[in-house]
Amino acid sequence: METTATVSFFIQQVLGLVGGLFLLTTFGLIVTRQLRANLTLFTIQSALLAASALTLGYARSSTHLLFVAGLTVVVKPLLIPWLLRRIVSSDIFARRDISQVLNIPTVLLVGLGLATLSYFISRPLLDGADAAVRTNLPIGMAGLFLGVFAMTVRREAISQVLAILSMENGAFFAGIAIAPGLPLMAELAASFDMLIIALVMGLLAKKIHERVGTTSVGELVALKEDSTRWNS
Amino acid sequence: MELLIVLCIPALGAAVSMIAPGRRVAAGTTVLGALVVLLLSLRVAIVTASGTDMVAVKDWVSCDGMGALLLLLTSFVGFTAALFSWGYVAKTSSSDRSEASRRYYSNLNLFLLSLLAVPVLAHIALVWIAVELTTLLSVFLVSYEDTPEALEAAWKYVMLTCMGAAIALIGILMLYWAMAVSGGGPFTWQGLVTASSRMPPALLMTAFLFILVGFGTKAGLVPLHTWLPDAHSQAPSPVCALLSGVETSAVLYAILRLLPVLQGIDGAAASWCVAFGLISTVAAAFLLIQVKDYKRLFAFSTIEHMGIILVGAGLGGADAQLGATYQLMNHAIAKSFCFYAAGAALLISGVRYIPSVRGLIRTSPITGASLILGGLAISGAPPFAVFFSEISILRAGLRTGHYLVVGLLSLSIVVAFCGIMFHVTRLVFGKPSSESVAVALPRSCVGALALAAIPVLGIGLYVPQWITDLLGHAAAVLGR
Repeated sequence: METTATVSFFIQQVLGLVGGLFLLTTFGLIVTRQLRANLTLFTIQSALLAASALTLGYARSSTHLLFVAGLTVVVKPLLIPWLLRRIVSSDIFARRDISQVLNIPTVLLVGLGLATLSYFISRPLLDGADAAVRTNLPIGMAGLFLGVFAMTVRREAISQVLAILSMENGAFFAGIAIAPGLPLMAELAASFDMLIIALVMGLLAKKIHERVGTTSVGELVALKEDSTRWNS
Repeated sequence: MELLIVLCIPALGAAVSMIAPGRRVAAGTTVLGALVVLLLSLRVAIVTASGTDMVAVKDWVSCDGMGALLLLLTSFVGFTAALFSWGYVAKTSSSDRSEASRRYYSNLNLFLLSLLAVPVLAHIALVWIAVELTTLLSVFLVSYEDTPEALEAAWKYVMLTCMGAAIALIGILMLYWAMAVSGGGPFTWQGLVTASSRMPPALLMTAFLFILVGFGTKAGLVPLHTWLPDAHSQAPSPVCALLSGVETSAVLYAILRLLPVLQGIDGAAASWCVAFGLISTVAAAFLLIQVKDYKRLFAFSTIEHMGIILVGAGLGGADAQLGATYQLMNHAIAKSFCFYAAGAALLISGVRYIPSVRGLIRTSPITGASLILGGLAISGAPPFAVFFSEISILRAGLRTGHYLVVGLLSLSIVVAFCGIMFHVTRLVFGKPSSESVAVALPRSCVGALALAAIPVLGIGLYVPQWITDLLGHAAAVLGR
């Protein structure tokens, strides 16, 4: 905030481009049906997060942000997809998430509404903020909301995991602009935390696949108050 | 120094349980480690009760009144849960699953570590990570039974609470932003309160709402509570005691500590707390009438209590805040006891379905008596502490003129009381069904029940001076 003037026009353009692409991949995560494509989109989204951190680090000449960018590159687009592929067998990735709760045009419309909402919410916070915050905060928040939405419309375990991870990406996308000074200790712990999320959820999805025979977690509805499971 | 040791012991316990040669060693190490943690936490609590905060690493690891209260509760429930696990796990898992039970103890230690880290860590970003880890490290405890239902519960649990954590994360990052705008300072609870008057109100309020919704999901606030009854009923009972008794409280702790930061902005944050709390309390009270599973009964009661605590803290004023902290303590003590009693009932009867369990007082007098005791204690019957804390919250509400809030709150407390007692009496009394044979409870389970019963019975009748002081300091943290 104190370095308002130092973000040049060119950097603003780059930040805007990266932000726009980030939002686009987030929309992609909601509507793609192929799980493999979903994972690729997540990888691209994570790489864009790192690119945004890199640009900001360069613009503010902050070694701290450059380190964050490096950490992000190692953990998010590389380690997490590798971990997920290793844990979850490839025939799960070959699945298609066809039983979406809503059809794609509806999903896109609601998603558009959510993105507008995030601009609406962040608008009052941006008084006196610099260009980086103006770009990244609403887009990060949109990533968060779209992630929540993706989680509710998706039925496949892996798509839901990717939705959660993309929510965290959204939060960090806003974070690199609004909280660039977060201690390295916290950044490291947060990256480690993302790895544990991928590990735990991947293992659980694998267990469900082995035990229940499906990864279509949207169809797991045994636990309800009025269920008839007691009669068996 | 104690604070660092408290964090090291469960970490060591997890390592030992993983490489231990047999189930006995893993169980023994866990119980012993939990006992040492409990003793250290007692020391921390007594020191902080005298008014001095414990600081191990300045601005990173420290503990004040509220933290010490939560630390003490966590370590107490942790110890009884470890003890109860000894008999419970041995009884429920067959001999070929010694590998699984070793992993259980290892996970239990890690879960305990993350729970203890929440009150001990001072840096708020690290508190967020600790809260997130409480979910991630308990997922495989929830799915321990490995049935399709348990896996489904674990999936819902991890998905919804991680979603909540991500929403809370953006709130935490906004708080950090607000901190930087206001000129910087240590990013701790105390640092936030000090800097709050210089922060932009709109930013603080948005951050708070994100955190309230995000962490509220994990604390089981309606309407994002749906995972809670599933996870809290499918997990093994000692884990349920930790999940219901202290995990929800630990999350609520992170919300409550923000209230003094927002006190400057004309009470809007407090009204949100009261509204969310009331919705949760009323909804949970009516939902628990129609349960078919006695562990779900206690899970819904947890949602109700989280609501009551949030209302108490939101009402504001010294009396209501004291009532809220008192309620937080009583809930942790009574709810963990209830889940041990439910676990004992499950060991005796083998089913969770309320209509097929009858006459527990005949088949197992200890279980029957514990269930009645737990039911009375958690639903707030007069000689028990929950009654006093609920009354003090209601009285504080009346004094400040919140008649509608008090009316709705007392209505749902009465409904919940009737609901819980209706189901519990059906379980305990009546004629035992012919198929249920008398089974003796494992000795460690009886021990854990007895140990957990001491504060349940005692705290309503007599509160030691140092606990009163500790509650006073904890309540002071919620105000400014």
